[in-house]
Amino acid sequence: MTRSLVLAEVIDGVLAPVTAQAVTAAASLGGDVVLAVVTQEPHDLIEAASLVGVTEIVTVAAPGSDRDHEQALAAAAALVADVDPDQVLAGFTIRSSAYAAALGHLLDLGVVTDAIALRRDESGPLIATRSVYDGRVHAEVELDASRPGLVLVRPSTWEAAEPGGSPTVRSLAVDLPESRVRSVELVRPSGDVDLTRADVIFSVGRGVGSQENVAVFAEVAAKFGAALGSSRPIVDAGWLPASHQVGQTGTTVKPRLYVAFGISGALHHLAGMQNSQTIVVVNSDKNAPLFGHADVGAVEDIHDVVEQLNLLA
Amino acid sequence: MKVLVCVTQVLEVSTYVEFTADGRAVDPAFVTALVNEADLCAVEEALVLVEHAGDGEVVLVSAGEGEADEALRSALSLGPQRAVRAWADGVVASDPRSVAAALMAVVESESPDLVLTGVQSSDTGAQSVGPVLAAMWGVACVPVGRRLSASGSTLALEREFEGGIVERVEVDLPAVVTVQVGANTPRYGSFKDKMRAKKADIDVVVPSSLPPSRTTVARLCVALTGAGRSLELIEGGPAAVAARIADLVREVQS
Repeated sequence: MTRSLVLAEVIDGVLAPVTAQAVTAAASLGGDVVLAVVTQEPHDLIEAASLVGVTEIVTVAAPGSDRDHEQALAAAAALVADVDPDQVLAGFTIRSSAYAAALGHLLDLGVVTDAIALRRDESGPLIATRSVYDGRVHAEVELDASRPGLVLVRPSTWEAAEPGGSPTVRSLAVDLPESRVRSVELVRPSGDVDLTRADVIFSVGRGVGSQENVAVFAEVAAKFGAALGSSRPIVDAGWLPASHQVGQTGTTVKPRLYVAFGISGALHHLAGMQNSQTIVVVNSDKNAPLFGHADVGAVEDIHDVVEQLNLLA
Repeated sequence: MKVLVCVTQVLEVSTYVEFTADGRAVDPAFVTALVNEADLCAVEEALVLVEHAGDGEVVLVSAGEGEADEALRSALSLGPQRAVRAWADGVVASDPRSVAAALMAVVESESPDLVLTGVQSSDTGAQSVGPVLAAMWGVACVPVGRRLSASGSTLALEREFEGGIVERVEVDLPAVVTVQVGANTPRYGSFKDKMRAKKADIDVVVPSSLPPSRTTVARLCVALTGAGRSLELIEGGPAAVAARIADLVREVQS
């Protein structure tokens, strides 16, 4: 019988949503699912970690912050040695990516990051699917069956496992090193928007052209009761605060309606919004890769469209 | 201060795409090759660090066959002093661990104070080479970094997390940092640098040992459009587009 080890992601003492999604991915392979919770006070999270499909919870008390990837690496290595899994799963997030490939190297695991599907055919190798080249191509990657595999799953791709499971619980004592990366200061963004709660998001990209134009879109979005999102160049340019950014280093969103204005659809943006219920793409470039992921599209100048939208609000 | 910057060539795939006969790579007729954007941001960070230090050099490295020279020359035109290519038969370009092992041979021969990579390659985005390279070298890795500054043997920088959270950190050198795309605006090199890049000698370093590859790209296929979505194109000009969007918003909010 196969055994999966899922490494939970804990942020600010709370289980991140991707953990329950990784549990679903692990449970789809059958067998045992061991969920490891590495954090300062793991016992506070036992109830949240008792997800349907989890057979055992293993806790590791770790004194460092949830951003300490050297601690996470040492804990994960000890957990793999202790649990002896056939595969290890975690979310494809900045915190996990910070140590996953190093873990793979140290323990000689096959590593696949940013997986969007996972399967094992009858006693064959584990096969993970990745979305590459701006989402235009899917790559099936086979993991060497002679070694455990390590797969990081793309957030918001699997459904979340429900609470209400009844796993056994035990703790594992691990000697954790002090991180060589010293924290000096943590800066949180001025939070004027929570994109994860929005039903409708209007999102602007490079095509918006200027900060003045961003203000026009912000005004029209507000009139329609939509939250304002953006791609990363808009935040890099300082035209919007980081809390507006959709994508891998921003926020992963799944609204009922996502309208992308002037966003071409780079990998890191796509990964943050492709599971939205309905996707509308407006771009003057008919070759923008994001059209390949849209339900509704228009090859138009976004400034003309927003002007017309303003009249309808 | 000596900074080694890892650069790679990435592929942009056309809207219509075909694969090689074995189904494991995109047919070269359907790709455009360019230097990875995040790597150019890493080069810019390196050039600024060395300028501030007052002495030292920026050395580029790329793991690959002849095509890697194109990426190296293109990045050299920003102003780095030298470029080295790492390659041996047996390096698996699709396996970050294999690529990192090739790069590690150059880390050993160059003994830099700092190694930079881009946060990820824009085409396949594994975010893995930097962390593996740091593990092989036995030094700390700071992923998704920006605003690097060095003082003596200490590097200060910001690292990014999801949701716009930023942590200011310090790390002792040597270290590896993966530089966030958009961390800066890479400079255009001078005419002189561009001419120099064209003619530069690029030495090849051959890694002496490579790790076993535990992953194999078995098959590529064209992604189903948006996971089963079918695209409805709105015609009729901006007013028609706006009307359709307004209808969709009202459907959701009703």
